[in-house]
Formats: sequence, structure tokens, C-alpha cells
Amino acid sequence: MRSNRTLEIGTGLFVLLGFAALLFLTTQLPASGLKLGAKKSGFMVSAEFDNVGDLKAGSPVTMSGVRVGEVTRIRFNPKDYKAEVLMRFDPQYNQIPDDSFAAIQTQGLLGGKYIGLSPGGDDQYLKNGSVIEQTQSAIVLESLINKFFANYSSSKSGGDNSAPAAESQGKPESKK
Amino acid sequence: MSSAHDGYLVSGLRRLGATALFLFELLAQCLPALARPRLIVSQIYNTGARSLIIIMLSGLFVGMVLGLQGYDLLQRFGSADVLGSAAALGLLRELGPVITALLFAGRAGTALTSEIGLMRATDQLTAMQIMAVDPLRYVAAPRFLGGVIAVPLLTAIFGIIGLFGAQLIGVQLMGIDAGVFWSQTQDSVRLRDVSEGVVKSLVFGCACSLVAVFEGYNSEPTAAGVGLATTRTVVASSVLILLLDYVLTAAFL
Repeated sequence: MRSNRTLEIGTGLFVLLGFAALLFLTTQLPASGLKLGAKKSGFMVSAEFDNVGDLKAGSPVTMSGVRVGEVTRIRFNPKDYKAEVLMRFDPQYNQIPDDSFAAIQTQGLLGGKYIGLSPGGDDQYLKNGSVIEQTQSAIVLESLINKFFANYSSSKSGGDNSAPAAESQGKPESKK
Repeated sequence: MSSAHDGYLVSGLRRLGATALFLFELLAQCLPALARPRLIVSQIYNTGARSLIIIMLSGLFVGMVLGLQGYDLLQRFGSADVLGSAAALGLLRELGPVITALLFAGRAGTALTSEIGLMRATDQLTAMQIMAVDPLRYVAAPRFLGGVIAVPLLTAIFGIIGLFGAQLIGVQLMGIDAGVFWSQTQDSVRLRDVSEGVVKSLVFGCACSLVAVFEGYNSEPTAAGVGLATTRTVVASSVLILLLDYVLTAAFL
């Protein structure tokens, strides 16, 4: 009877563990699953970007290369056609100027995206519910290459329009 | 089993046919065997629960090695932060099912073969038949079903522990950001990848258990025969697992 009991408990534990693992794999691991871990403390700040690239929930928010928080949610704002990024800052970083500048940057050449903050000069600090006004979008490598080749070919073809081509090459941002 | 004057080819063919026939007889007895769940539960305990330690230890170290190797490799291309997805996909689709099945064949398959082989050698199976108790139903089928149920569960546990091991190396030791690690992982793993692993582990579980039960059931009723059958189980299931793995991977891609 006693060995029967340990057998049943052992089997029950094993089956429970196995199904828990399967459940985790099917629900938590694909992106459609719920967030991992407990809710963390901190304050929420939002910012709007023209283009977030492949920034994801969970991407870090850094300042001078040090992690100060993370992206918690990204959604599309249908009013002004921009991407609204919600960030959670760790509670100890409560002295970041209100007019700081947020840019989406890339780790390495092909790595993941993250948000890099540069400090502003305001004596008001970011707090829960603040909005970062000054933002810079992710640089999409393809559009950069497209721009380069468009300029390159237009500067090559024809001698008469070389002057405007050279001008547009000098200021690639103005040519959209 | 195989007579001495048959060639390698003929005896091999005969073994294959005998295994296939045995599979059908076994499957026919599986449904009646379900009426005795207690027998199956004790087999799940023997083959599954008692393989947990070896599976978890191996999973941890496989994951950690994957973390180290993957980090070093990805570092050279400046994309170390995709380590999470590389480790997760490798573990779920390939390493988890295959290594779990190989370990299962070594840990539980051999035990099944020698147990049934010894029953054969000591005439217990014959005695059952004389008492009109079908040994296929009461000995072979519960062991087969126990293995089929245990392997996918073991594979899932292996995958989780392996991912934890990779996370341990990547995040704790090498300093990849935890948020990046998990979000990259979640972003690249699709439900299809998980189901590929589950299907593979189910097929491997069937193959391992079938080979183990068949070899035991048809072993020579001598001490040397049981030893030979155990060896055959390990060799045949390992080769079968790797062969089936190739076929399934090709089918899934």
C-alpha cells in the first residue's frame, strides 16, 4: 500500500510537471502568450514615434548606455498615425529631465532595437504619465539604401542636371 | 529469431516484418489495456517519472552549452541578442525531442527490454498464455503506452530546463538584456515550432517503446539472449530516432 502511494504521487508529479511544461511552451513562448514574471514597480512614460521599426515590448530603454527601463507596450495611434510606445522606468531613475530626447537605436548592425534617451535641460523631471515630446524614429536600413541608390543613379545620369543632383546628395533628408 | 542460414538482408527484412506485425498486434491490444489504467500508471512512473533526474540534468547542461556556443558564434556577427530565439528554436525543434528520446532509449528502453526478456527467459510469459492471460495485453501494451505518454512530457520538461540553462548563460553570465532575450524568443517561436517538437517526441516515443518491447518480447530465452536484446534495443532505437528525425524535419520544413 505504501509503495502504491509513492508510485501514484510520483506519477502525478511527473504528469503535472510535464503538462505544466507543455502549457508553458504553447502559451508563454509564442508572442501571443502572456507576459512572463510578476508585475514590476516603476513609473510609466509614453512617447510617439513615426516609425518604431522592430522595437518590441520588452526592449530596453537606456540612458548613456545604461538600462533605466523597458518598453511595455507598443500600439498604433489612429488619430495622428503614429506609434505610441509605453515605457516603464525603474523607480530609482526619477530625476530624468522632462524634455529629454528619445531615439530608437540598433544594437550592433543587425541586432534588436532599443530606445536611447539623451538628457534635456528642464528642471521638471519625468514622472508617471509624462509624455516625451522629442523623438527620433528607427532608421530603416532599406529606405536608407534606397535613398542612396536613387541619389547615386541620378548623379550619374546626364551632365545637365548634375547641379541639382549634387545638391540633393548633400542633403538626403530634404529629398523625400 | 533469425535462423543461421539466412543472409543479412533476409534476416533484416524478416526482423522488419516481424516488428511491423508486432506493432499491429500491440495496437490491437492497446484499447483493452486502457481498461486497466493502473498498469499504465505504474509504467509511466517507471519509465517517465524515474527518468526525470537524468532528463533535467542533461537538459540543463545542453541548454548551457547551447548558450555558450551560441553566444560565441552570434557574437562574431554582432547579434548576440538573438541567442534566446536560437536556443529556443534549437531546443524545441531538434535537440529536445532527439536527446530526450536517446536518453529515454538508454534509461528506460533497456530496462523494458531486459524486464520483458527476463520474463520470457523464466517462462513467465508462457505461463500467462497457459492461464489464458494475454501477455501482449497485460505486459507489452501497458509498457508501450507508458512510454508513448512519458516521452512527450519528458521532452517538454527538457525544453523548459534547457531554455533556463541557456538563459542562465546568456543573461546571467554574458549579460544579454533579459527583456531582449525573452522578447526575441517570444517573437521568433511560433506555435508551429512547438507542435513540431511535440509531434517528433510522440513519434520517437512510439518508436523507442515499440523497439524496446519487441526486442524483449522476442529475445532468446537465455542470459546471453537478454543481453543481446538489450544491446539491440539501444542500437535500433538510436538509429531509428535519428532516421525518423531526418524524415520528420524534412516533412515539417
